[in-house]
Amino acid sequence: MISNAARTVGAIFASAKFWRGAFSIVLFIVLWEVGSRSEAWFGIAVPGVSRVPPPSAVAATFSELVRDPNYWSSWYLSTQRVFVGFIAAMLVGIPLGLAMAVSRIFYGISFPVFEVLRPIPPLAWVPASIIFWPTQEMSISFVTFLGAFFTIVINVLGGAQAIDARYYQAALSMGSSRWDIFRRIILPGTLPSIVVGATLGIGLAWAVVVAAEMISGGGSAGSLGSKGGGLGFFIWNSYVGGSYTQIIAGMISIGIAGYVSSALLRQGGKMLTPWLHEE
Amino acid sequence: MNVPRTWDEAAALARPAGAPLAVSQAQRKGAIRILDVTKTYGSGATAVSAVENCTFDVPAGEITTVVGPSGCGKTTLLNAIAGFHSITSGKIFLDDEILCGPGQLQAEPGPDRVVVFQNGALFPWKTVIENVAFGPRMQGRLSKKQAYEKARTLLADAGLHGLENNYPGEISSGMRRRVEIVRALMNEPRVLLLDEPYRALDSLTKSVMHEALLQLLEKNRLTIFFITHDLEEAIFLGHQVVIMTTRPCRPKKILTIDLPYPRDYSMLTTRRFRDYLDETLEAVHEEALKAFAAGEKER
Repeated sequence: MISNAARTVGAIFASAKFWRGAFSIVLFIVLWEVGSRSEAWFGIAVPGVSRVPPPSAVAATFSELVRDPNYWSSWYLSTQRVFVGFIAAMLVGIPLGLAMAVSRIFYGISFPVFEVLRPIPPLAWVPASIIFWPTQEMSISFVTFLGAFFTIVINVLGGAQAIDARYYQAALSMGSSRWDIFRRIILPGTLPSIVVGATLGIGLAWAVVVAAEMISGGGSAGSLGSKGGGLGFFIWNSYVGGSYTQIIAGMISIGIAGYVSSALLRQGGKMLTPWLHEE
Repeated sequence: MNVPRTWDEAAALARPAGAPLAVSQAQRKGAIRILDVTKTYGSGATAVSAVENCTFDVPAGEITTVVGPSGCGKTTLLNAIAGFHSITSGKIFLDDEILCGPGQLQAEPGPDRVVVFQNGALFPWKTVIENVAFGPRMQGRLSKKQAYEKARTLLADAGLHGLENNYPGEISSGMRRRVEIVRALMNEPRVLLLDEPYRALDSLTKSVMHEALLQLLEKNRLTIFFITHDLEEAIFLGHQVVIMTTRPCRPKKILTIDLPYPRDYSMLTTRRFRDYLDETLEAVHEEALKAFAAGEKER
């Protein structure tokens, strides 16, 4: 086991892909540092970048933040909202997409409404959802749900509709029942699209939760006895308080959160769809 | 009803879950009789006949190859036998049992007539052995263990040993086609319906596939209905070659190929083979010209 793990780590360090990635990150940080300090160092301001705090200052802030429980409770709150919204979107979106794909009648009834609601940006729902849901927590989760929901449904529907007719015909020819066709053809045939929908959906959920937290304000969340308003509110609060390094730290935190969630889903998806990945 | 393309259409043809298979698995010979079959698309002035007054026999235990111009309606006929498609009039029998005719214009699809498709239809999400064991599992004829055992035996017979746990995407297209034929044989069909199964293969792979198919036929006595564009293939494989007219499709000429089995590739250069080929070519060419002229007129 240990030697296996060591070999895996060794393989990562030996791969050109890893070093290319590492190089691009280091280069980005160096350019940023130089850019934001260029006025002090060379007397030439780089437009925009010179006003951004340098990565070394952001790193210093980070090292303070990791010891601050409020920072971690922001993480916790946002993560919770994303997962509540995302899981609800999967639970509702996958069956809905499948139902639209398998029933022409249901498709005819639901698709027009769906298509009218879909282009409404999730953030446009924020005021209405604050009015309709009893707690702020629920309204933020609901908006997060919307962010992921439409993408998941569209992907599931498209995936199920794109299943090649030959598979139905072959299954019929071998004596499959209706349930067999659904269970053995439609479900596995749609699975790759479900994975794509989920990976896109969770990214959108992060994008939406942060904005929803900014708009709805963490202040009232605090007054409800909550410890903070999530990462979105953390950024907004840092802006109001004038701590520019914290703004950047908050942004990077969200980037990391989104990357980790998508990577986990992609990995999970790979395990669910082994036929797409093996060589 | 059209060929099932979506879940709705497939579900309408499939038996409800739990309902028994209507098809009897009685081991009979598998002769198909096509009697005065017509298939018309649309109605009134815009009606187009794909098949018209088509009559011929597919003898049991033999290979019947069907050739004809593109789009002439060969596949329509195959779909009618398979039960994917209704006919407008006429009758189709399987061993004196009526598959479709007046009163029931669409046959029920079933494992006694299994189709092997032009572009292949192995389920990409199932491994080779899961694909091959699919039919008997669906029909509830064999337990999972029995089905896998039988699948292993048949795969080994076809020279496909060791691929059991690969996904179709991981093996070559020639192997995929062989796996698909094994999958069809697992259903113990009376008739194998092949719709240009080797079209996408290179000629070298094709020749290997032909010999493999002939060997399979020797081991499993069954009837083969084989649509192709390739005239050499048609003559090399067939006991009889049915040459179709251009739309609407009906037999123009039926050629009995009096060459001994097992056949091998040295036959391709014999005088007899060349004569059959010339005869077929002439008939097909005539129809191709008609098809071309008809196409020009439509323009």
